[in-house]
Amino acid sequence: MPQIIKNGRIQGDEWKVLRGVGNDAAATMAVPAGRVIVPLAVWQAQRPQLASSAEAGMLGVWLTGDTDLAALADDLMALPLIAVDFPRFTDGRGYSIATQLRTRYGYAGELRAIGDVLCDQFSFMIRCGFSTLQPCEERYNRVQIDAALTRPGDFSGPFPRNRRGTR
Amino acid sequence: MYKYDEYDQRTVDERVTQFADQTARYLAGELSDDEYRPLRRQNGLYIQRHAPMLRIAIPYGNLCPAQLRMLGHIARTYDRGYGHFSTRQNVQFNWPNLEDVPEILGLLATVQMHAIQTSGNCIRNVTADPFAGVAADEHIDPRPWCEIVRQWSTSHPEFSFLPRKFKIAINGAAQDRAIIRVHDIGLDLVRGTDGDTGFRVLVGGGLGRTPIIGEEISPFVPWQQILNYCEAILRVYNLHGRRDNLHKARIKILVKSLGVAEFARQVDAEFVHTRDGLSTLTQAEIDRVADRFNDPVLPELPAEDAGYAAQLAANKAFANWVKRNVRAHKAPGYVSVVLSLKKIGAAPGDISADQFDAVADLADQYAFGEVRSTHEQNLVLASVRQADLFALWETARSLGLATPNIGLLTDMIVCPGADFCALANARSIPIAHAIQDRFDDLDYLHDIGEIELNISGCMNACAHHHVGHIGVLGVDKSGEEWYQVMLGGDQGNQAVLGKVIGPSFAAADLPDVISTLINTYLDCRHEEERFIDTVHRVGIESFKTRVYVERDARLEGRKRPDAPNH
Repeated sequence: MPQIIKNGRIQGDEWKVLRGVGNDAAATMAVPAGRVIVPLAVWQAQRPQLASSAEAGMLGVWLTGDTDLAALADDLMALPLIAVDFPRFTDGRGYSIATQLRTRYGYAGELRAIGDVLCDQFSFMIRCGFSTLQPCEERYNRVQIDAALTRPGDFSGPFPRNRRGTR
Repeated sequence: MYKYDEYDQRTVDERVTQFADQTARYLAGELSDDEYRPLRRQNGLYIQRHAPMLRIAIPYGNLCPAQLRMLGHIARTYDRGYGHFSTRQNVQFNWPNLEDVPEILGLLATVQMHAIQTSGNCIRNVTADPFAGVAADEHIDPRPWCEIVRQWSTSHPEFSFLPRKFKIAINGAAQDRAIIRVHDIGLDLVRGTDGDTGFRVLVGGGLGRTPIIGEEISPFVPWQQILNYCEAILRVYNLHGRRDNLHKARIKILVKSLGVAEFARQVDAEFVHTRDGLSTLTQAEIDRVADRFNDPVLPELPAEDAGYAAQLAANKAFANWVKRNVRAHKAPGYVSVVLSLKKIGAAPGDISADQFDAVADLADQYAFGEVRSTHEQNLVLASVRQADLFALWETARSLGLATPNIGLLTDMIVCPGADFCALANARSIPIAHAIQDRFDDLDYLHDIGEIELNISGCMNACAHHHVGHIGVLGVDKSGEEWYQVMLGGDQGNQAVLGKVIGPSFAAADLPDVISTLINTYLDCRHEEERFIDTVHRVGIESFKTRVYVERDARLEGRKRPDAPNH
C-alpha cells in the first residue's frame, strides 16, 4: 500500500491514481473499482457514469498546472478529493492552484499533492493548503519521511505578523 | 536600520539549520544535484568557476558596523581576504568551500544577516535608494515598505518555484535611484489625492537577454492592499509565465506577449479576489516594522559649518572629493558620503577584509552606524556632520576609499565577468583596468564630468550595461572575447536602453574606442552639458561614425610595420 502524509502523519493509502490519458481516450478509459483519482479529462468525459461514485466519496480528480479553475470550480467543489499534479518539483503552478482552491473557491475537501512531491517542499505545500502529500512510490523510505516531518520548515509563516498561524 | 524581532531571528536561525541538513543530505547522496540546486540557490549558493560563490543578502542595501565586521571576518577566514559588492546591493564571496557554507550562514545569523533568496526562481532581495531616509529629495521613506516586502516574500509558500527569478525595487524620492523601471515589479511611493500613501506600480521591466523598460499597470494602489496586489501579479505570472524556455520565462516576456493592457486586466481580475485578503496591511503592522528602524537621533546643527567652509576653500583635493562624493542630506548641517570602491587598479566593487573593518569604524565614528551599499557598487555613509567631513576624508583616503570619482568615468559598474562567473562569455575586470589606466588623470576625468560606463561579461547584464551611458557587453566569437558597445542608455526617471553602435571590438581596442567616444563628446558638448545629454542631442550616429573611422585607421596603421604605433 502506498504511503502518504495526511494531516502531518504517515499512513497507508487506499486511493489509486489513474495516470496519463489523452483527451481522445478519456471517454473510453476504464475506471477501476474502489477509490480512484482520475484525470480531469476522464471526469469530464464520463461524468454521468462517475457521478454516483463521487457522491459516495469514492472518486477524486487530479488537475494539471494549466487547469482553468474559473471555468471548472463549481463542478469540482463537491468532490471529496482534488489532487494537483507536480510534473517536476520545480514547476510551481500547483502552489497557486492549491491556494486558489482553498482561498477563492473555499474548497474544504481533501487536497492532495501528487507527482514529483519532495520532502524539502512539504512545508510550502502544506502552507498553500494541501492536506495530503503523496511522494512518488519508493522515492523515500520510512526513516527519511519521519525525519522530514520533524524538521523545521514552517518557520516563517504567513505575513503580516498579525495573521501568523492563520494558514 | 531595521532590528530583527524574535520571528525574524528564528526564521534566519531555522533556515540555517535547514540548510545544514539539506547540505548534509546532498553530500550523503540522499539529494540529487537537480534536487539540491534550487535549495542551495535559494540560500545564495552558486557553483562557480573556481569554487562555490556565496551571495549574501543586504536587504535594500542597509548595513551596520557589526555586520561589516562579520563580513570582514568571513572574508579573512573562509575566503581569500576580500568580498565583492554586487549590482543588486548584495555582497558576494568567491572562494568558500561548500562544506563551510552552513557555518558561514550560522555566523551571519548572529548579526541578523542571511543569504536567503539571493538566487533561485523566487522573489529576490528587494532593492532601494541607498540614500533612503536621508535624501533631500525624498517624499516617502521606502525602507519600512522594503522591510515589509522582505518579510512577506521570505519563504513565500506560493512563490518559491516561479518560472524564473523575480526582482522588486522601491523608490520614494523625486529622482529614482533604484532603477525601478528595469525590475519585474517597480514600486513608486506616491501620495493620493487625500495625501494618503500608495504605490504606482510598474511591471515587466528587466535587462538581460531581452531588455525591456517596465510599464505602469496601476497609477495608485493603496498601501493597505499593496501585498495583495503584488500577489495578484505574481499569481498571474506563476500560472501563466513560460516554463518551457529558460530565456523566455521572465515576467517581462509574459507582459510583452499579452500586451500590458491584457496583463493588467488579468491582474485586476485576480485582485478582485486577493483584495482585503490575508496579506492586507494594517497601520499597526506598518508601525511595528517602522518602529524597529531605530533611526539615529541627529542633533540639530546650523545649515552651514564655518570650519567646513574654510576647509573647502583651503584644500582643492578635499573640495574635489566633496564635489564628487558628497550628497545633500534632508537635515541641515549633515551630508551623505559615498565611499568609492573604484580605486584605480582595484576590481570595481571589491573590498578587502581590512576595509570591511575600517568602514565599520568610520561608520561608528562619523556616521551614527549607518552604512548602505549601492547598485553602482560603492558604499554610503548615510548621515555625516559637515564638521566631521575633513577628518573622515583624511581617514578614508588613507584606506583607499576616497577616490574622488563618484559619477565619473572610472566609477564603472562592472560584473565579476569570466574571471569568476561561470555564465560569462568574456572577462570584464581586465577591460575595466585598461580603461582605468587610460583615464588615470583626475583633472581630465573631472573635465569629462558625469558619465556612466557599465561593463557586463555576458548578456545576463549584471552590470546593467543597457542603462549605462556607455554600455559594454562581452560576447564570445568562436572562443574569443569580443565586446559590443552601446550608447545612450540611462537610469533614473527617464530610464532608457542604449543602442548598439555596430560590430564588436577586440579587448585591446576598447580603451581607444572609449577615448573616441569621449573626444567626440568633448568636441560637441555645450557648456555644462553632460555626456549623455550631448549623446541624446547629437544622436549616436556621429559618435559611431568616428569610432569606426578611427578604429579602421588604427588597424591600417598596425598593418604597416614602419608606421608609428598610436
